[in-house]
Amino acid sequence: MSTLSVSTPTSRTHAKAEEKRGLSTAARRRLPLLPALIFVIAVTQLPFLLTVFYSFQSWNLVRPGSRHFVGLDNYIDVFSDTTFLVALLNTVLLTVVCVFVALLLGLGLAILLDRKFLGRGVVRTLLITPFLILPAAGALLWKTTMFDPTYGLLHFVFGTDTDWLSEFPLASVMAQIVWQWTPFMMLLILAGLQSQAKDVLEAANVDGAGRWRTFVSITLPHLSRFLQLATLLGAIYIVNSFDAIFLMTQGGPGTASTNLPYYIYQRAFEGFDVGQSSAMGVIVVILTMIVATFALRLMFRTFSVSGGIK
Amino acid sequence: MTTVAPRKRAYGKGSLTVATWIIAILFVFPLLWMILTAFKQEADAYTDPPKLFFTPTFEQLGNVLSGGFLPYLSNSAFVTILSTALVLLFGVPAAYALSLAPVKGTSNALGFFLSTKMLPIVAAIIPLYVISQNTELLDTVWALVILYTSMNLPLAIWMMRSFFLEVPHEMIEAGRIDGANLPTLLRKIIMPVVAPGIAATALICVIFSWTEFFYAVNLTAARAGTVPVFLVGFITSEGLYWAQLSAAALLASLPVMIVGWIAQNHLVRGLSMGAVK
Amino acid sequence: MRKLLTLLAATSLLATGCAGAGSIGTGNSTLVIAIVANPQMKDAISLAPEFEKATGIDLKFVSLPENQARAKITASTATEGGEFDVVMISNYEAPQWAANGWLENLEPHMAATPGYDEGDFIPSIKTSLSYRNQMYAVPFYGESSFLAYRKDLFDKAGLTMPAKPTWPQIADFAAKLDDKANGVAGICLRGKPGWGESLAPFTTVANTFGAQWFDKDWNAKLTSPEFTQAANFYVNLIREHGEVGASSAGFSECGTRYTQGNAAMWYDATVMAGTNEDPSSSKIVGKSGYAPAPVVKTQASGWLYTWALGIPKVAKDKDAAWKFMAWMTDKAYVQKVGHTYGWNRVPPGVRQSTYAIPEYADAAKAYAKPTLDGIADANQQKVMANPVPYPGIQFVGIPEFQDLGTRVSQQLSAAIAGRESVEDALKQSQDYAQTVGDSYKAVQ
Repeated sequence: MSTLSVSTPTSRTHAKAEEKRGLSTAARRRLPLLPALIFVIAVTQLPFLLTVFYSFQSWNLVRPGSRHFVGLDNYIDVFSDTTFLVALLNTVLLTVVCVFVALLLGLGLAILLDRKFLGRGVVRTLLITPFLILPAAGALLWKTTMFDPTYGLLHFVFGTDTDWLSEFPLASVMAQIVWQWTPFMMLLILAGLQSQAKDVLEAANVDGAGRWRTFVSITLPHLSRFLQLATLLGAIYIVNSFDAIFLMTQGGPGTASTNLPYYIYQRAFEGFDVGQSSAMGVIVVILTMIVATFALRLMFRTFSVSGGIK
Repeated sequence: MTTVAPRKRAYGKGSLTVATWIIAILFVFPLLWMILTAFKQEADAYTDPPKLFFTPTFEQLGNVLSGGFLPYLSNSAFVTILSTALVLLFGVPAAYALSLAPVKGTSNALGFFLSTKMLPIVAAIIPLYVISQNTELLDTVWALVILYTSMNLPLAIWMMRSFFLEVPHEMIEAGRIDGANLPTLLRKIIMPVVAPGIAATALICVIFSWTEFFYAVNLTAARAGTVPVFLVGFITSEGLYWAQLSAAALLASLPVMIVGWIAQNHLVRGLSMGAVK
Repeated sequence: MRKLLTLLAATSLLATGCAGAGSIGTGNSTLVIAIVANPQMKDAISLAPEFEKATGIDLKFVSLPENQARAKITASTATEGGEFDVVMISNYEAPQWAANGWLENLEPHMAATPGYDEGDFIPSIKTSLSYRNQMYAVPFYGESSFLAYRKDLFDKAGLTMPAKPTWPQIADFAAKLDDKANGVAGICLRGKPGWGESLAPFTTVANTFGAQWFDKDWNAKLTSPEFTQAANFYVNLIREHGEVGASSAGFSECGTRYTQGNAAMWYDATVMAGTNEDPSSSKIVGKSGYAPAPVVKTQASGWLYTWALGIPKVAKDKDAAWKFMAWMTDKAYVQKVGHTYGWNRVPPGVRQSTYAIPEYADAAKAYAKPTLDGIADANQQKVMANPVPYPGIQFVGIPEFQDLGTRVSQQLSAAIAGRESVEDALKQSQDYAQTVGDSYKAVQ
C-alpha cells in the first residue's frame, strides 16, 4: 500500500528531540495513535486488498459458475476501453473546474461577509445552507425544479427550451456541485479572513496602502494556507462525486458526463462485472496516488511531501 | 477607491449591503424554491410559468411523515451521533500524538490517514458488500457506523491536529512535570484550548455522516436505511411528484440544517483557529 | 467541552434505543420486501397494514426507483445476501434466475392455496415468468405498449387515426401536429438511457422494421440496413417532432408532458392509461384515444413486460413470504384497490377476471381492450420478422443484456441529443454487442 506522508517543520523538530529520549518513550507516545491507525487500516485497507484479489478474476455476478483467475486480462480490457479514458478525463475536468470556481465564488462571498452590515448573520446562514442539505436532495432539486426544459426555473428565466442536462451535461453537473461546495469554501476563507490580526490591517491603512494593495500584499498571503486547505479538501470530495451524476444525468447523454466513480459503479452494479470493476478501482487508486504524490507536492509548498511504500 | 469622499463611501456601503443581500438570495434561491414547492399541490408544482403564489398545503409534508419517515430518521441520528462520537474517541488521542508528542515516523501516519480519503469509495464497494454479508453486518446500522467512522476519521485527525498545535508547548511540559498522565493532560490543559476546534470537527463529521448516500444506498435495505435512502424512494419511475419530492428533501435535510445554523459560529471560530498548520 | 461530550453521549444512548427498536426488536416474523417505487406498488404499501393485521406478519418495504431497485435486488440475489424475503422482478429476470437456481418454485405454494386462481393469469404473462413450465414469480401488473393520441387535437387538425397505424403514418401525423409555439410536441418518445427506458420502445420499433439484435448464430446485427433504418427513423422523429429534453426523457417525463397537454401522441407502456385518465394528475382526462403499437413489416408490434414477485432461495420464512405475495396478487386485492383508490388505479394486465369486473370495464373502456390485445399479440412470432436465438421482445433475455443494453442506450441518447451521428452510435454499439455474441458462439 502506497502512502503519502506529510510532515511539518514543527513536528520534525519535535521528532528529532524525541529520538534522543530513547525508544521506550517513543513507543509510549505512539500508543495514542494506534487505535485510530488500526481502525482505519482494517476498514479501508482490507477491502482494498480484496479488490486487488478480485481484479485478477473473471467474475460476473449474474453468470454463476463463471468465476476463474484470468491474470491481467481485466487490466488489459480496462486500458483498451475508450469509455474509461473519457471518464478519466471528465473526472479531472470536473474536479479542477469545480474546485476553482467554488473557490473563487467562496472567496468573493467571504469578502462580502467580512464586514459588519445589517442582517449579516441571516445572510451567512442563508449562504451556508446549500452545504447543509443532502447532496442527493440538491441533485434532485436542480434536476427537476431548475433544469427541467419545460417547468424548470431556468426555462422561465431565459425563456428558451434549452435542455440543459443533455446539451450541457457536464456543466450542469458542475453547477450543482459548485453550488453545494461554495459555502464550504466560503466558511474556510471567512475563517481565514477573521483570523487576520486587525492591527496589521490598521497599520497598513495608516501607511496609506490602498485596499487592493492591502488585500494583495497582506490578506492574500495570510489566506494562502486557508485557500490551500479549501482546495485540498474540495478536491478530495469532488473527485469522488457520485450523487450528482447518478441522480441528474446518469452519466449521459452517451458518456458525456460519466466520471470514474460513476463508471465503476456502472460496471459493478449494472454490468455486475466484479473483476473488471475491481481492476478499474485498483487503477484509479494507483492514479490517485501518483497525483497525490506529484501534484500535491507542487501545490503545497508548505508541506514536505514524500511518496513511498509503507 | 481610497479617494472616495466620506459621504459617498457611506452610500457605497449601503449599496454593497443591498448587493450582498441580493447575491445571497439568488444563491440560495433553488433552496427557497424547494421549500415553497414542498407546500404546493402537485398540480401547482409543475406549471409554465412557475407559480410563486398558491394556496399552501401541508399535505405533502404529512404524506412524507406518514410514509414511514421516522425509522429512517432514527437510523440516521443513531449512525451520525455514534460515528461522530467514535471519531472523537479515536481521533483526539491520535491528533494529540501527531501534534504534541510526535516521534519519528508518526508524521508518515498523518499522510497515510489523508491518503485513505483519496481512495474512490466505489472501488471497494463490492468487497465491502461481501464482507458485511459474511459478518452479518449487511443492512445493520453498525456497518454504517464503522464505515462513517473510518470515512471521517482521517479528516478529523487532520483538522484536530492543527488545533492541537495551537496549545502552547510550555503548558504541556509544565503539566508533565507535575506528573499529569495523558487523560489528565487532555482534560485539564489541552481541551479548554482546542474545544472550539473539536466542536467544529464534530460538526463537519455530523454533516458528512448525515448526508452520505453511496454506502447507505448500497449496504442497507429495510432495517438500517438512513434518510438519503428514504429520499431516493421518492423518485418514482412512473410519474413526477415534485411537491412530494421537495417535501421529502426538506424534511430529510432539516435536522442537519438546524444543527448547522445553530453551530455556524463554532464552525467559523474553530476553523479560524489556525486550520492549516 | 465536557458538556458537549455529555450531551453527545446522552443523545447517542437515546438514539441507540430508537434504532435498536427498529433494527433488532421485531424478531423473525418480519418480512422484508424489495419493491420498485411505482404508483401501483405505493398503493400496495398503503394497503399493507390490512394484511399485517389479518395475519400478524410484520412487513418492511424497501421501495426504490427502478434502476436502484434492480441493482440492489440483483446483487443481493446473486450473492445470496438474504436481506430480502420477497423481491420484485420482471419477466427479464425470472426465467434466468430460475435457471440459476436462485428462486423458489412457486407451483407447490400456489397449489396449496385454495382460491388462488393461477389459471386466471393472462397466458403470455404466465409463460414469461415460467421456467420449464413452472412459475417462479407471480405477476403484479403486466403491460404491452401502445399509442395514446389526443382525439381533440386530431379532430382540430382534421386527421383520423387508422385502426392499425404504421410508423410512417405516425411520423406524418407528428409533423402535422407539432406545435412548438404552443409548447405541444408532435410525439413523446423515450430517449433516456437505460435498457428498460429508451431501449424498450426503440427495440419494438427496430423489431417491426425487420431488424434484430442477433441473428440465430449470435452474430450482432446492429449495423444491418434494417437496424440503421429503424434507428434513423426513431432518432429523426424525436429530433424533428419529439419532446424537448428528449435525451433525458423516460416514462415519467413523457407522462408528465402528455398529461399536462404538452404532447399530441405518446407511444409507451399500456399502464400509462391509468395516469392519463386520473383526474388528480392529468389535465387531459377523456381526451385520449388508444391505438395499437404502430407497425412496419410485422403484423403486430409492442412489448411484453410484467412486474412480478418472487422468493429468493435463501429467504428464511418462505411460507410467510408466499402468504404476502398471494395477498398482493389475488383477485381480492384488485377489488380492494378499486374500492379504496378508484378503478383506474387497479394493477392492469395480469388477471383476466379483472377485465370482467363491470366497474373496471367502465372506468377503463378507452384502453382495456387495446391493453389486452397488445399483451395477447406480444410474442416473437407476431412482432419480429426473423427468428432470434434469445427470449424476450424489447430485451435480449441474457444476463449480459443489462450492461449491453445500457451501453447501447447511452449511444442512442447521444444520437438523440445530437452529440453523435446515428451511424457512429450504431458502429460503437455493434462492437459491444459482438463481444457478447462471441461468448455465446463459443458455448454453442
